[in-house]
Amino acid sequence: MKPVDVRHVTLAYDTPDGRIEAVRGASFSAASSEFVCIVGPSGCGKTTLLNMIAGFLTPSSGEILIGGAPVSGQGTDRGIVFQDFAQLFPWRTALENVAFGLEMKDVAKPERYRIALEQLRLVRLEKFAGAYPHHLSGGMQQRVAIARALAYNPGVLLMDEPFAALDAMTREEMQRLLAEVWRETKKTIIYVTHNVAEAVYLADRVVVMSPHPGTVRKIVSIRLPRPRDALSVEFLEHQKELLAHLTRQEEA
Amino acid sequence: MRALVSLALAAILYELVARSGWFAPALVPTLPAIAGTLWSMLLDGTMEAHALNTLARVFAGLALAVVMGLVLGLLMARYRAVERFFSPLVSALMPIPSLAWAPVFILWFGLGNIATVLIVFYAASFPMLVNTWSGVRAVNPLWVRAARAMGASGPRLFWKVVVPGASPFIITGLRLAFQRAWIAVVGAEMLAASAYGLGWVIFDAKEFLNADIMLSSLVVIGAIGYVFERLVFGSLERATVLRWGMVRGARA
Repeated sequence: MKPVDVRHVTLAYDTPDGRIEAVRGASFSAASSEFVCIVGPSGCGKTTLLNMIAGFLTPSSGEILIGGAPVSGQGTDRGIVFQDFAQLFPWRTALENVAFGLEMKDVAKPERYRIALEQLRLVRLEKFAGAYPHHLSGGMQQRVAIARALAYNPGVLLMDEPFAALDAMTREEMQRLLAEVWRETKKTIIYVTHNVAEAVYLADRVVVMSPHPGTVRKIVSIRLPRPRDALSVEFLEHQKELLAHLTRQEEA
Repeated sequence: MRALVSLALAAILYELVARSGWFAPALVPTLPAIAGTLWSMLLDGTMEAHALNTLARVFAGLALAVVMGLVLGLLMARYRAVERFFSPLVSALMPIPSLAWAPVFILWFGLGNIATVLIVFYAASFPMLVNTWSGVRAVNPLWVRAARAMGASGPRLFWKVVVPGASPFIITGLRLAFQRAWIAVVGAEMLAASAYGLGWVIFDAKEFLNADIMLSSLVVIGAIGYVFERLVFGSLERATVLRWGMVRGARA
């Protein structure tokens, strides 16, 4: 899998009220197969940063490397999962959604359906291969979106609060499932969230960001054995540590 | 079933008026009288001949309108230059009733099929064009973003994502185009057709005070319109946008 290197990245907009920096001088890296969470309050530029890694936005300065090569625009070396359930194509079944990226790579139909079905099995939805997205629950739709982003085998998976719109119980189930998917696929994952417990549950390292302008405040390693117990003392201590970094920046 | 109840109630109301003695029976014939005339015209094949003529003109005009509307609507949505050039033309030409062109087309092309088909084409073009154009602009940007991330671009992005994404608008455009075409053809036949067609039958029967023939023709016009609206376009919707959950089903 591919490492990701974010080096002194700034994104600034010129507005009538002057120059606004959404992200200022952000640097962090994700090693090959590492799970990195970006945590911060809204307006801290975490989604903007992810969109730059995805290639939707171009940094004003600094550079982003994926597997050593600088990012320019979008590419199939990265898979992306958004928060909005509407990201799936409603006119395609779950299987056809997952097969889309392979279709764009001109993989033959039987082969791409075979791979797509494998991906659906990974997120435990093989029984729903023929269902249209509107017949699936929010959690199932997000699982299809994960399978879709993995199907064309990108080295890096980028996730923008994929479970934020789900109810608490489904969200926990999804987190467990994602941890398994990551263990099996060994993708490098960069995962944006505002949920501290989620970051501690999933991440090897957490990038804490603070707003106005969006900067990297602190990078915290989570050295807990997996699968993680969200009720253990160590887990809660990590949560406290992250919360302390987040609140301190609000006072500052 | 409910549709039958609505239709039956309307028929009973008409029959009561026809039998009330308020109007001359020759001007407001009873339903059995209309049915008798209709039956004999169906038996000797004249009604079928008129209906086929009308349908041929509608489909000629509609086919031209759909091709033009789809192509130009898609081009306008895709290329800014095309949109800038055609958008004022659309605004200027759309409000002109298609029948207002009838005398002009008759002057240019004489009485007959060309003038009739052109009037139908004019009427049907705008709903198709405007709906296609709006539909492409209304496509969820998230679909495009996700598709680009999976390596889609150019014509494939357009045909595999933008066009299906715009399909609820395009199908509505087709439906409206047929309605406008069907309305326009009857008027056009009254003015521009020389011998055949359901509209011509009504106009011709007026000369001889044959209200039963006029009403028989109206019944056939309504029936054909109903079949297309309910069966053809209804099935098209059920096979596509309703099945995909992109629109809600109508409650009747």
